[in-house]
Amino acid sequence: MSNLEAFRESIRAFIREQAPKSLYGTRRGGFDGFWGGRRARPEPDVKRWFDAALESRLTAPTWPREYGGGGLSREQARVFDEELERCALPPPLVGVGLTMIGPTLLDYGTDEQKQEHLPPIVRGEIRWAQGYSEPGAGSDLASLSTRAVLDGDCFVINGQKTWTTHADKSDYIFALVRTNANVKKQLGITFILVDMQTPGVSTRPIELISGWSPFCETFFDNVRVPAKNVVGAVDGGWTVAKALLGYERSMIGAAMSGELTTAEQSLVERARRALGASAGKLPDETLRLEIAQTAMDIEAFSWAQERLRQTVGGGQKPGPESSTLKIIGSDLKQRRWELGIRVAGPDGVGWEAPGFDERDLATTREWLRSRANTIEGGSSEIQLNIIAKQVLGLGGGK
Amino acid sequence: MKLVLDDEQQQLARSARDFIAASAPLQRLRALRDTKDALGFSRDIWNQMAALGWTGIGIPEGHGGLGLGFTELCLVLEEAGRKLVPEPLISTLLLGTQALLLGGSSAQQESLLPRVAAGELILSVAYQERASRYELGKLEARAERVPNGFRLSGEKVHVLDGHVADKLVVSACAEAGITLFAVDAKAPGVHIAREHRIDSRNSASVRLDRVEVGSDSVVGPLNRGLELLTRVVDRATVGLSAEMLGSATQAFEDTLEYLKTRKQFDVPIGSFQALQHRAARLFIELSLLRATVLAAARTADEEPERLPKMASLAKARASDVFVHVANEAVQMHGGIGVTDDFHIGFYLKRARVAEVTFGDATFHRRRWAELAGY
Repeated sequence: MSNLEAFRESIRAFIREQAPKSLYGTRRGGFDGFWGGRRARPEPDVKRWFDAALESRLTAPTWPREYGGGGLSREQARVFDEELERCALPPPLVGVGLTMIGPTLLDYGTDEQKQEHLPPIVRGEIRWAQGYSEPGAGSDLASLSTRAVLDGDCFVINGQKTWTTHADKSDYIFALVRTNANVKKQLGITFILVDMQTPGVSTRPIELISGWSPFCETFFDNVRVPAKNVVGAVDGGWTVAKALLGYERSMIGAAMSGELTTAEQSLVERARRALGASAGKLPDETLRLEIAQTAMDIEAFSWAQERLRQTVGGGQKPGPESSTLKIIGSDLKQRRWELGIRVAGPDGVGWEAPGFDERDLATTREWLRSRANTIEGGSSEIQLNIIAKQVLGLGGGK
Repeated sequence: MKLVLDDEQQQLARSARDFIAASAPLQRLRALRDTKDALGFSRDIWNQMAALGWTGIGIPEGHGGLGLGFTELCLVLEEAGRKLVPEPLISTLLLGTQALLLGGSSAQQESLLPRVAAGELILSVAYQERASRYELGKLEARAERVPNGFRLSGEKVHVLDGHVADKLVVSACAEAGITLFAVDAKAPGVHIAREHRIDSRNSASVRLDRVEVGSDSVVGPLNRGLELLTRVVDRATVGLSAEMLGSATQAFEDTLEYLKTRKQFDVPIGSFQALQHRAARLFIELSLLRATVLAAARTADEEPERLPKMASLAKARASDVFVHVANEAVQMHGGIGVTDDFHIGFYLKRARVAEVTFGDATFHRRRWAELAGY
C-alpha cells in the first residue's frame, strides 16, 4: 500500500510540474485528449503535456517498457488516472491505437508486429481507425464481404467498410476481410493492418443526425497489403476480432463514466436556470426526482464498474461482463442527455445560434449523438445476446 | 473501497448458505403461515443461529459477540434473503442491536448485548406510526416526565417481530424533541397485536398505554433521538437491501433454471429471444444492485458519514430491482407462477413488503435530492 502511495506522490509531483494550467478542468468525456497521428496539429499546451508524459513513459502507462510503455501495474495506472481525474486533466494520449488495437496486438501480434506498430502509437505518431462494419454487415458482422486475395506476398483488398471512426484523420486501419468464401462465415475472415496511404484507399465522412461526422465510409480499390500484416492466422481473424470487441466495449464503458460524473451537477444547474430557482429545493418535483434517479443510477453504474475492475483485476482480458457495462453506460448516457434537453424545455431544441444558449445547443447535439451509443460497438440487442448465451447459458435462438 | 470478498468473507457466506439450505426455510415459512403459528419462526433454528454466532455477528467480543463488521452481517442477511428465512434477524440484529451499539449507554450495552449475542433476547425498534409513512420524525407518541422516569403513550405499527420481541426501542416525543426508550415488552400498558401481511414476515402493532419507564431506559441523547434513529434505520436499510439482493438473486436463479428446463413448442423456453433479453436485463440489474449493496455495506464500516446517501442509493435500487425481478419471475413461470403451491409467489409478495419497509424508491430518491441540496 505504501508503495502505491509513494507512487501517487510521484504522479502528483509530475502533474504539478508538467501539466499546463490551461488544461486543468478541460476533461469532459473519456474521448477528450490528444489522438495523435501524422496529421495531428495539437494546441501548444496539449503538445507540451503529451511530450512531458512521453518523456516520463506515461502515454501508454500499462504497456511493456520494451515498446515504450510505462510498464505500470493495473493499480498504478489507476492511480495515474485518478490523479488526472482529480484535476479534470485529459489523458496525455487517447484513441483507438491505445485502447483497442494496441492491447489486441499485445495479445495476438507477432514480435515484429508489436515492434513495428506499438512504439509509433506510444509516440503519438500513428492514429488508427477500425474497419469492421460494412453496409451489408452490421450486427451480423461475420457476414462481411470485403475480399482479400493473396497475390505473391501481398493481399489485394477490394470492398467497403463503414462507421470507420475518424478514418479521414487516421494513418492506419485494422480491417476484417474475407479470405475464404467456402466455409462457415466466421471461419473465412482475416484480421489485417492497412496503411491508409496505400494507393486505392479512400474515405468519405458520414454526417450524423447531430450534424457531426465522427465516422466515415472507407473504400478499398485493389489495395495491396503485405501478407505480414495479418494478425493471427489467415482465416483465423474472428478470434482476434472478438477479443478486440471486448476491449472496445471496455473503452466505451470507461469513456462514459467520465462524462457521466458531472451529469447531476449540470442537470441541477440547468434546471435552476429553467425554473428560476437559484437555490434550495427544485420547484418541479417530477424533474427533481428524475434528476435524482438518473444521478443515482449513474452512481450505481460507477460502483459496478469499480467492482468489475476489482474482480477482473490484473490486466486480464475483458470477458462478456464488459457487455453489461456497455449496455448500462449507453443507456445512462442517453437518459442523461434526454433529461438534459427536457430540463431545458423549449430552449433544448435549437440547432444553431443566435437565439439559443451555446450550452443548450451542445446538449442538444450530445443528445442526438447519444442515440448512436446503443447501436455502435455492438448494439444493445447484440450485447443482450452475448449475456444470455455466454453468461446465463441460455442456448438456441439467434 | 474493496468490493470483492476476501477468503474469510466467502467462507462465512458459504457456511451461511449451507446452514440455511439444511434448515429448509421455504417449507417452514409455508407451514408457519398455513398453521398460523403463534411464534412465526423456530426457536430451535434461532438457537442454532446463535450457536453459529449470527446473533452476535456485529457485537463486540467484549459483549460476547463475534466483533465482525457490518459487511459480514450483510453477507449473512443476503443468504437469509435467498430463502426468505423467517427468524427475527432484521429486527434483532439490525434494528435493536444497532440502536444499542450506536446509542446505548454502557449499562444498557452490558446488560443487553451479551444476552442478544447468546440468542436469549429478541429486539426490535418501534418507530413507525399510521400517519408517518416513511418519515422517521413524524410521530405522535408522547413521553411525559414522571418522577424517576417517563410515561409513554402512543401507537406504533409494522413493528418487525414485535409479537416476539423481548425489548422494544420506542420513539416518542419528549418535552423538547424525539427520544428513544428501551421498553420491556411485558411492561404493564404494552399491548401487542400480531399483524398479518402478504409476505408472512412477522410484524405487530404496539399500543403504549401510559407505560412507565425509568430514566435509565433512555437510549441515546434526550430530545435529540431523531439523529440516532436515522443512523439506526440507515444501517437497517442497507441490511434489508442486502437481504433483498439475496431474495431477488434467488428468484432470478430459479427462473433461469425454469427457462432452461421448461419445454414448449418442443424446445426450452429459454431459447426464445423474447425471454433471453429480458433475463439478460434482469442479470444486469442484479449486478448493479450487488455492487451498490456491497458499496453501501462497506461505507457503513469505513465511511459512516457518507452512509445516508449510500443507504438511499442501495434501497431505491433494491426496491426497484426486487419488484421487477419478482414480477418477471412470476410471468416467466407462466401458469404455475401464480399458484400458491409453487414457491415463486412468496418472492413476489416479499418484494412488495420489503419495498415499503424503510422507505420505497421514490422516498429515497427524494431523500437523495435533499441530501444533495436540490
